[in-house]
Amino acid sequence: MEEQVRGFIKDRFGEAVIREDDFRGEQSFYIKPEALIEICQAFLEDNELQVTFLSDITAVDWLGHERENEGRFELIYNLYSLTHAHRFFLKVRLPSEAPRIASLCDLWPGANWMEREVYDLFGVEFVGHPDLTKILTPDDLEGHPLRKDFSLTYEQPQFSWNKDEPPEVIR
Amino acid sequence: MPEQRTVTLNMGPQHPSTHGVLRVVVELDGERVVKATPVIGYLHTGIEKTMESKLYYQALVCTDRMDYLAPMSNNLGYCLAVEKLMDIEVPEKVQWARVCLAELTRIKSHLVWLGTHSIDLGAMSMLLYTFRDRESIIDVYEACGGQRMMTSYIRIGGLAHELPVDFDKKVRRAVKQVNEGLADYENLLTNNEIFINRTRNVAVISAEDAIAWSLSGPMLRGSGVKHDLRKANPYSGYENFDFEIAYGEKGDAYDRYLLRLKEIRQSLRIINQALDGMPEGPYRARVPGVVLPPKEDVLYKMESMIFHFKIITEGFKAPVGSVYQAIESPKGEFGFLITGDGSNRPRRVRVRPPSFINLASLPRLVEGGMFSDVVCAIGSIDIVLGEVDR
Repeated sequence: MEEQVRGFIKDRFGEAVIREDDFRGEQSFYIKPEALIEICQAFLEDNELQVTFLSDITAVDWLGHERENEGRFELIYNLYSLTHAHRFFLKVRLPSEAPRIASLCDLWPGANWMEREVYDLFGVEFVGHPDLTKILTPDDLEGHPLRKDFSLTYEQPQFSWNKDEPPEVIR
Repeated sequence: MPEQRTVTLNMGPQHPSTHGVLRVVVELDGERVVKATPVIGYLHTGIEKTMESKLYYQALVCTDRMDYLAPMSNNLGYCLAVEKLMDIEVPEKVQWARVCLAELTRIKSHLVWLGTHSIDLGAMSMLLYTFRDRESIIDVYEACGGQRMMTSYIRIGGLAHELPVDFDKKVRRAVKQVNEGLADYENLLTNNEIFINRTRNVAVISAEDAIAWSLSGPMLRGSGVKHDLRKANPYSGYENFDFEIAYGEKGDAYDRYLLRLKEIRQSLRIINQALDGMPEGPYRARVPGVVLPPKEDVLYKMESMIFHFKIITEGFKAPVGSVYQAIESPKGEFGFLITGDGSNRPRRVRVRPPSFINLASLPRLVEGGMFSDVVCAIGSIDIVLGEVDR
């Protein structure tokens, strides 16, 4: 199945694939952000591979690491084929300034909350999402907590009502 | 004033039938639900952020506190992911003990679900029966980890310590108790007319929709999709066990009830096999510098002492890269994505929360139905808000 997936994506989207990685035996492809929707749609509609299950969408913030030069945010799309019991990952690198990418909500309705969570915690904008609002953090919290520059040591998170006061640091 | 046709009603967050602090804003036209919007985040504690700031060992305790009804499953998922990242093989005995404990956890979680779901639907006495039987499983937990809920017993590379001497006896007692209890539950509910009326054809979801909404676990299998990660991508030695995947047909709340009872039966089968065939061997892998050495050695051997000290104070360094390990938890596909960045703390710990993703389908389940069925739908998804919000 690994061969088939590799052949499929290399044949049809050879230019969009930047590189392939199989760390610890898990197949993942680094792709260009603009090709994401097309690739996902092709996988979803292919009758042979049957990649119908979007398992998860998440992000990694590489701020301050040597891998940051490829793009600060790494979005990880976790795709799974129920018939072949095969899992692989599509990875996209986005820049630090105004990260944005197309939404997958039209292909999988289940992507809705996953994208809202990434938006809330990382500040990545999903273009075309029907309801891109905060989901986990309070409405008046400013900032995106899972970014590496969102500090953990402050006792009081900065809401809009106390953002001018100096935060109290845990000793 | 314009004529108002619908009424907007707020349900929760402090409502007993929402299983925690879930809030649902429901728009009603008479008794019909026009629109339902779940509002979550009341229990958000930033567990992922906390785990990213800890050493790999320290982060383990956070996992118990997410899905607090199935702590051992969470421990197992996290440990398997870290073991994959560090490329550690665990001894066979550890695998078998983990399977046994994970299946006990599945039963425990399903029992709480059964009790609370039936109390939502008016069957008040069920809770007493299921909690009576759950107690026998908690006894096993207590003997293993010293705690009744937040056990942290499954550790990176093995178990916290040797299985207790009366492990076999205690587990067999729990198996017997649950087995007898199952007969009671079936007598009380399976042919109960009120229960059937409340659950048949309620919160229906088709197989195609279940896949499109990324549902997993009983929500997916209830619609007839035969998918179980224990069979599809076996982990921790599940390929050595003989069991069947339970699945439903119509995808309504009653099917999911039957399915969970079947799952309890299959779990009992697996536990019996695990007890009968439990191999001998060490309770922890020997990987110097990564896995803590056995406590007995720490007291008498200098090298073990040094490694123990180093691992506790500065941890171990993980390679750069992401791994993903999913397990079939009682609620569904429970996965950990762990990204190492060459330091002794994870760059990213992502929990793939089955409750959160299953809950996203709630509007799809209840819209167009009766208002009183919202309670049934929430119950049959089987959510734990600790895991939804993290």
